[in-house]
Amino acid sequence: MNSMSESTISKHFEEHFFVSGHTACSGCGQALAARLVVDAIGKNNIVANATGCLEVFSTKCPQSSWRIPWIHSLFENAAAVASGIEAALRYLGKIDTVRVCAFAGDGGTADIGFQALSGMLERGHDVLFCCFDNEAYMNTGIQRSGLTPFQASTTTSPAGKVWKGNWRLKKSLVEIVAAHFIPYSASASVGFPQDLQRKVKKAISLRGPKYIQIHVPCPLGWGFDSSLTIDIGKKAVLSGLYPLVEYEGGKLTKVFKLSQKIPVIDYIKPQSRFRHLLKDEEALRQLQKVADKNIEYYKLGEV
Amino acid sequence: MRKFLEGSHAVAEAVKRCKPGVISAYPITPQTHIVERIANFVANGELNAQFINVESEHSAASVVLGAEACGVRAFTATSSQGLILMSEVLFNIAGLRLPLVLVCANRALSAPINIWNDHQDAVALRDSGWIMVFAENNQEVHDLIYQAYKVGENPKVMLPVMVNMDGYILTHGMEPVDIPDQALVDKFLPPYNPPYKLDVDNPLSLGLLGDPTVYLETRYALQKTLEEIKDLIPKVGEEFKQLFGRKGLEFVEGYKIEDADSVILAMGSVCGTVKDFVDKKREEGEKIGLLRIIVYRPFPKKIIYELLKEKERLFILEKAISLGMEGPLYTEVKSLFNKPSPKMYGFIAGLGGRDITFNTLEEMLKVGKDKEVSCYFLDVDHSLLKDEFYV
Repeated sequence: MNSMSESTISKHFEEHFFVSGHTACSGCGQALAARLVVDAIGKNNIVANATGCLEVFSTKCPQSSWRIPWIHSLFENAAAVASGIEAALRYLGKIDTVRVCAFAGDGGTADIGFQALSGMLERGHDVLFCCFDNEAYMNTGIQRSGLTPFQASTTTSPAGKVWKGNWRLKKSLVEIVAAHFIPYSASASVGFPQDLQRKVKKAISLRGPKYIQIHVPCPLGWGFDSSLTIDIGKKAVLSGLYPLVEYEGGKLTKVFKLSQKIPVIDYIKPQSRFRHLLKDEEALRQLQKVADKNIEYYKLGEV
Repeated sequence: MRKFLEGSHAVAEAVKRCKPGVISAYPITPQTHIVERIANFVANGELNAQFINVESEHSAASVVLGAEACGVRAFTATSSQGLILMSEVLFNIAGLRLPLVLVCANRALSAPINIWNDHQDAVALRDSGWIMVFAENNQEVHDLIYQAYKVGENPKVMLPVMVNMDGYILTHGMEPVDIPDQALVDKFLPPYNPPYKLDVDNPLSLGLLGDPTVYLETRYALQKTLEEIKDLIPKVGEEFKQLFGRKGLEFVEGYKIEDADSVILAMGSVCGTVKDFVDKKREEGEKIGLLRIIVYRPFPKKIIYELLKEKERLFILEKAISLGMEGPLYTEVKSLFNKPSPKMYGFIAGLGGRDITFNTLEEMLKVGKDKEVSCYFLDVDHSLLKDEFYV
């Protein structure tokens, strides 16, 4: 590996507001997505970050990867802390110059953080909430969350002689959030960085609550080679298992069309969390059905 | 200006004069009158603040945490289950060193559900790193709000303060309250200007992961601040007294203790009853007094020791219990004395809003004549316990 020269390092620090030197695993989709989001939102932002991988690997005292003001309080309250920051900025008359973001993982968003998120949305706070969705509680060791996909094996939904991994469908959180009739609710993937940054820039330009759920493959938790993060992310989208959609004011306004649809087997094959499906035709067929339904429901195949 | 106010409104009037920028709370009895009145102030333009109606106490505490982290003075109030639901955030606020002021309308904990007064809610939070004060009456709770911000926001302190007032007894009880002019409050309490905050021009990271190489020091620093605050509290109380012409913050209040053989220790509004009881017993010739604990955290160890070391008997009267042990105040007072020490008597009374009357206090003294007790429940109706289900 080439060592970075001093000028390369200082350039990196000038260009980015979420900088390297943190302790994320190699190939971490979340670390990459965080940098893409923070680069897109820019300097005049305050971030409230829930407990989780991102918080742990980016702020080991006395070091921090954040070059914008950042606070971590607890697991379930990122949306409420962000609400308080937004209220304070309103009080200070700074709400037009400083924007507020809340960052959380899928557990901190869809499960333990869901009540605070719904409250923040309903109250209309001017906050962009980004859910970094790696589809399980990775920081505590790959336990099932409400956003764990159908049939994925986790440490608390293991595939065994009786169980076939997680037996529930992934919670439709983008839609549930959109049902608050907020300005913007979207899904994105680190596998499509330009699309992700476009969505972040669009969201941050709108006033009121915004939500972006970003698919961030996790090499450790999903069991794939750390060089494949982007590839796996792309395949999730192209298989129809992770539809990229945009809701504005509660209405579906845009979907990411699948120009080259792939079978789910191409997506799951490199991941050990789905390994049990390779020997189980019926289970695999059921998973393909989930993808097909998504493609039909969101009209992903129609050009 | 003197007004006839219930305690909740006495709190609201003080909060208004402290000019918080963000207020957030969730409804719970018997706290709700406080934030209802503050909402009215905001609705009528009498207070310029963001009033955030949240979906839980957990979020109420989190909203004011976020506001305080931005350098904006904030306020919340709660009670009982609400305080317990907040408890995760309250430990966090102390660890983040944010000088929030919270009023707790003290109420029993469920089960069984009970909306009446005792101190079990606040006392359960005694290890959280918060400064905790207990008011006796509506004037005192009003005055404590100003002094709570003043102490907590001191750059050398930066700690949250929980102002405790007895649910119903004070929150809904009417008393005359002297309310100061805004100019006087402004003179006493300068605008909040914290040494650190979330600011895009000086981007700090707050709430970092503290691994075993640094975590212990954060706890050491909290404890050190709480120990050093012992010099600041009387100073703030004295400054308040000079400006407002009323008694300021003190750790304890002694009532007829100088020549007393026996001293009752208690916290909160029951001390009003105990003072009358002391007067009655004095008339009957008993040398008895009251030591009221006002500041419960940091616990005034030395002060209590110096005042009581030569007394014969101490009656510790508590509206809280550490189940499986004894009253927490009894444990703590007892720990101050080596032998020879005063004889100690620990009593639990008034839980779930049971009235503490002269009869209760007479029973307390009577029990104390026979034997030393560590955890004696006063006013127990044993007929309710005869059912085989309970025994």
